[in-house]
Amino acid sequence: MLELQGIAVSPGVAIGQALVFDREGYRITRCLVAVGEDEREWDRLVDAVKQAYDKLEASRQSTTAKMGERLGNIFSAQQQILHDPHLQSELESLIRTKKYSAEYAVSEVFTKYSSAFKKATSTFLSERAADIRDVERLLLEGLTGQPMATLKQLPHQAIVVSHDLTPGETAAFDREKVLGICTETGGPGGHTAIVARGMEIPAVVGVGNFLHNIRSGDEVIVDGHLGRIIVSPDEATRNQYLQRRLFRQSIATQLEEIRDLPACTSDGVRIELMANVEFPNEALSCIARGADGVGLYRTEFLYLGHDQEPTEEEHYQAYAQVVRDMQNRPVVIRTLDLGADKMGMTMLADPENNPFLGLRSIRLSLRNPALFRIQVRAILRAACLGDVRIMFPMITTLDELRSARFLLRSVSEDLASEGKHIPCAVQVGMMVEVPAAVLMLDRFIDEIDFVSIGTNDLTQYTLAVDRSNDSVADLYQACDPAVLRLIQRTQQIASEKKKSTSVCGEMSNNPAYALLLVGMGIRTLSLAPAAIPILKKAIRSVTIGQCEAMAWRALRLSTAREVDAFLMNQLAGLVPEIVLQA
Amino acid sequence: MRPADKLVRAAAGFQCQIELERAGQIADCRSILSLLTLGATQGSELVLRAQGPDADEAIRVIRLMFDQQFDEVNVEQST
Repeated sequence: MLELQGIAVSPGVAIGQALVFDREGYRITRCLVAVGEDEREWDRLVDAVKQAYDKLEASRQSTTAKMGERLGNIFSAQQQILHDPHLQSELESLIRTKKYSAEYAVSEVFTKYSSAFKKATSTFLSERAADIRDVERLLLEGLTGQPMATLKQLPHQAIVVSHDLTPGETAAFDREKVLGICTETGGPGGHTAIVARGMEIPAVVGVGNFLHNIRSGDEVIVDGHLGRIIVSPDEATRNQYLQRRLFRQSIATQLEEIRDLPACTSDGVRIELMANVEFPNEALSCIARGADGVGLYRTEFLYLGHDQEPTEEEHYQAYAQVVRDMQNRPVVIRTLDLGADKMGMTMLADPENNPFLGLRSIRLSLRNPALFRIQVRAILRAACLGDVRIMFPMITTLDELRSARFLLRSVSEDLASEGKHIPCAVQVGMMVEVPAAVLMLDRFIDEIDFVSIGTNDLTQYTLAVDRSNDSVADLYQACDPAVLRLIQRTQQIASEKKKSTSVCGEMSNNPAYALLLVGMGIRTLSLAPAAIPILKKAIRSVTIGQCEAMAWRALRLSTAREVDAFLMNQLAGLVPEIVLQA
Repeated sequence: MRPADKLVRAAAGFQCQIELERAGQIADCRSILSLLTLGATQGSELVLRAQGPDADEAIRVIRLMFDQQFDEVNVEQST
């Protein structure tokens, strides 16, 4: 059994067979073999080479017969690659000396050659990389005895394990086949995280190098709550997870009963439970989960994986669908919250040493007013269809807020002068994600209608921790007392001015943390749609006094560890039916 | 790809060691991957070297292949 810690980016637990993909999207097995087994690996490789050679020979003959010798010779060049003495000796040394499995050796050597060719400036050579990949694929098919699975066509239900996934690959996912996702690289804002959350596939990213420790077919558990990966779990661990699954199924029926009841504490304080969504089609699952509205409509998917900026119409259609589906429930649309590097638009993406402190989010929007106006126009147009509110992310200075509002006003005047119907008043909010915004909130508060605390970035910027960096990820704790104090201050300043404060970070997904936030005075929480029913259950099981007492004590603790232990303990006492007893 | 393929096949017919050099990078003529890695295209300047019993003959044949731009040279006939 091997346990690995990564970053939880999409909640849920998946148990299944691993399907390991390398960088090129093929399935491979990166592993070492026991001493003494290298002879067998070498024989397997020799067989595979022979098989591949025969296949190429058949292709060469049939192509020559049909289309002439010139085209047929393409295959003869591939045969030369197979028999290349340098290649053979490199493979032999990896297998015999380093004890690589035949598949692993093939993948290593071919990746080395094809990446050398890809880097070459000549287009001739970079195209040869494809020939090399073809030969590699033939060899791997010979070794595994089956056609290489590609991400588009998984042979069976599986947990996709990969170094990284491209937007194209994740977009092609078959929800029925992909049980869970686990990648070596990636962070919470990456496209893998976004797509996984949108499709409600449990996912853990940023695990670090581990592909050499896992073979396709190994049993894997992806724990998207704790960010944990367990390879070849032992009996006890598997049972523990299976038990948890049973437990979740058993409470699912209880949760179904309260779906249409409001999220009120047992003494009648109403808490608004809103949903965080990525994609337009999620609105229906928000309704199904009994969400009071959309508290955070992330709009990044419009920009990911496309070479061109989305048009106003594309924005509008994406927003209109959600607004219509939510049937007059509030929909908070957040403007673009990406770094230029994530947008696939090379012209905007100057490489940055420190992207999290760089040109991203509202800064990027303000720097590219043409792009920003398109989005704001679409949001204002969609606002005619229902209760739409606009929210600016990562506001750090008052100037940024004022510039964004100025642009909003000017776009609104443009629409009016074009004779377009626009709503008379759209609520404007800001996300509180930067400590500077908390410290200066008393100056911001008169210029906005609501605030929403993005605990993910607030935690990262307060604790100076990049949670996609394995070496420091353990320092990233949303329940750190420093973060709690900033949340408390935000809530106090906003409530003095009768402005609503919501929390839309992942912190709200955890019922223990969510009850703490309620105890601190937060009355609106926005969370993953799938996490709503269980939080509603928790809220309906407690009194506001219990939450306040919990907050009073938690705020007097000194470390994240103490806070976390205290909250989990409280949850087990207050709402035992949603906590699995170990 | 085709010239490289032909070079490798021609080189296989000799006992000597045959090398091509381009801008300080040396490729073994028996290895198609090694030849391709040179990144040589039409007009690239190459140095041909051979060492071994039939080195002179190898140089003559391979030179001829280059001169005729690998166009349907009948290697058997010219040897």
